[in-house]
Amino acid sequence: MSILVDEKTRLITQGITGREGMFHTEQSMKYGTKVVGGVTPGKGGQEVLGNIPVFNTVREAVVKTKANATMIFVPPPFASDAILEAADAGIELIICITEGIPVSDMVDVYKYLKGTNSRLVGPNCPGVISPGKAKIGIMPAHIHKKGNVGIISRSGTLTYETVGQLTALGIGQSTCVGIGGDPIIGTRFIDVLELFQRDRGTKAICMIGEIGGSAEDEAAYYIKKHVTKPVIGFIAGQTAPPGRRMGHAGAIISGGQGTAEEKMKVMKRCGIKVVKSPADLGKTLQKAL
Amino acid sequence: MKIHEYQAKEILRKYNVAVPNGVLVSKKSEAAKAARKVGTDVVVVKAQIHAGGRGKGGGVKLAKSPQEAEKYAGNILGMTLVTPQTGPEGRLVKKVLIEEGMSIAKELYMGILVDRETSQVLIMASEAGGMEIEEVAADTPERIIKETVDPVIGVQPFLARKIAFALNIKGPALKAIIPFIINLYDAFIKEDCSMLEINPLVITSDDRVLALDAKVDIDDNAMFRHKDTLACRDLDEEDPLEVEASKFQLNYIKLDGNIGCMVNGAGLAMATMDIIKLSGGEPANFLDVGGGADEEMIENGFRIILSDPSVKGIFINIFGGILRCDILARGVVAATKKLKIKIPVVVRMEGTNMEAGHQILKDSGLNFAIGNGMKDGAQKVVKAIK
Repeated sequence: MSILVDEKTRLITQGITGREGMFHTEQSMKYGTKVVGGVTPGKGGQEVLGNIPVFNTVREAVVKTKANATMIFVPPPFASDAILEAADAGIELIICITEGIPVSDMVDVYKYLKGTNSRLVGPNCPGVISPGKAKIGIMPAHIHKKGNVGIISRSGTLTYETVGQLTALGIGQSTCVGIGGDPIIGTRFIDVLELFQRDRGTKAICMIGEIGGSAEDEAAYYIKKHVTKPVIGFIAGQTAPPGRRMGHAGAIISGGQGTAEEKMKVMKRCGIKVVKSPADLGKTLQKAL
Repeated sequence: MKIHEYQAKEILRKYNVAVPNGVLVSKKSEAAKAARKVGTDVVVVKAQIHAGGRGKGGGVKLAKSPQEAEKYAGNILGMTLVTPQTGPEGRLVKKVLIEEGMSIAKELYMGILVDRETSQVLIMASEAGGMEIEEVAADTPERIIKETVDPVIGVQPFLARKIAFALNIKGPALKAIIPFIINLYDAFIKEDCSMLEINPLVITSDDRVLALDAKVDIDDNAMFRHKDTLACRDLDEEDPLEVEASKFQLNYIKLDGNIGCMVNGAGLAMATMDIIKLSGGEPANFLDVGGGADEEMIENGFRIILSDPSVKGIFINIFGGILRCDILARGVVAATKKLKIKIPVVVRMEGTNMEAGHQILKDSGLNFAIGNGMKDGAQKVVKAIK
């Protein structure tokens, strides 16, 4: 089994006619994801990538295609509007790949989504893949392998690194969820942990965090209380200087808070197997299984 | 993006947040005139740099006459101000703000930020004004008032009153601080601040409420809708290599070590720094070339890494997804030839078109070391510079 996305996912792409949107929609289709349409305001009526219909609004796409998931490639100034439109149209799973959305836009989006049934993953994330079933996002599909390890991560390429190590050891993944590197994200570690704990296809969980904020601490306490499956963890940025934003908008140690050292300490205390070197992620998981 | 105190105060004025009268001066000879214009018996001369703790480093002085203001301005302008936040190298002061002096009855703290725990805007206030708020939070957390703002309604008078009463404000000042808080929030939202800190917020003995100091950071992601604020950027306050890198959309942060790193993705770039350290080396930088790097970006990345004279070796760590390893390898070969790189270069590539990438490196005739995984790559580069 898997979480969030599978064979039943009916995907649309918002921003499908853009270069990135088109490329990654095609890649997702090639992987086997059921892509049912796309949305670009003003370009409705076209067909792209063979016979994928383009609509002017998400509402129209949902009515005509029964889409239940969307992948957003809309540029940052308009991305929050695209998320709100998807939620208004009743899309259950909104995956926002866009990097660079103003944080104040996300404050409003976060508040609005609370009153809806939509789940947002991201923004500023690589997306979600359930190997062998469906991929929604920009991750390189070929490094994945179907299996029973669930991965949750704030980073893109570091997730690929982990997946690469696992696959090389013959260990497959149930679902890999990139939750995003921004300070405000729709789905947090604890939300995904809850899903992995319930998922019968997931036997172990790998959690990849980084400096900044306290989401990993929150996750660690949650794991101690609610998660019975083995969890291994890594925090990137053990050598990062305080007060500097390390690439991701959310990766910053501010006022002495959110250091890797502190997070690792809390995680260890809560029973998570914490890996110091990113090169040991695969091996440690192998032992945990 | 960080801005200076005088720029922050100009922004606050636009939102009717009271700030002291002040004149910005960049020459000693202008100071006495500025002090007369400000008009109070005592004026404050404040160094304008992007770092706090200026008073401790001698960057803030009280002057009792225009002559004295001129003297202090002369001392401060051109000095390299070292504060607890600048690091030992300090910052060159190019401008001073000359402001009215006032009789202060009470010093408070007020800060607005986006709280990551709630994903909403948070107002923090304290009667412990003028102190480092991090210290107050660590030692006496009960002295900090926190109020989360609902973005739908913003700061309504009731919320401002709640904060004011919790700060024990009474009398005429109470009337003044309510609009002060509401307007401050308005500025925070409309200017897309990621942080706004008034420390101290003062109540004068004649019951005026003013932002005596102001620290404002603007959300870099929102700069597209604040073109005018972009003019506030002071490149002299930033590391020259970081400024250069930002021109090429490269995400570069200079560190103290001697192993240059080039990586795709922020998380992997941090993890690469970590593994260099674990292997006994010291990273010279953080550099994320992103997912769509091309030959030109790789060349620019190399150039910036090499501009740092302490770099003795380079570690390239790429997990190819969208960025294909063969494209990367071509870029690395071209840049190494063009820039005539003499120091050791270790390349670790994995992912899309890895074999083709390795072949290109091999066929180049250049002496690259190949890292077999992150750990091996890091160990090889650490060994190579010893």
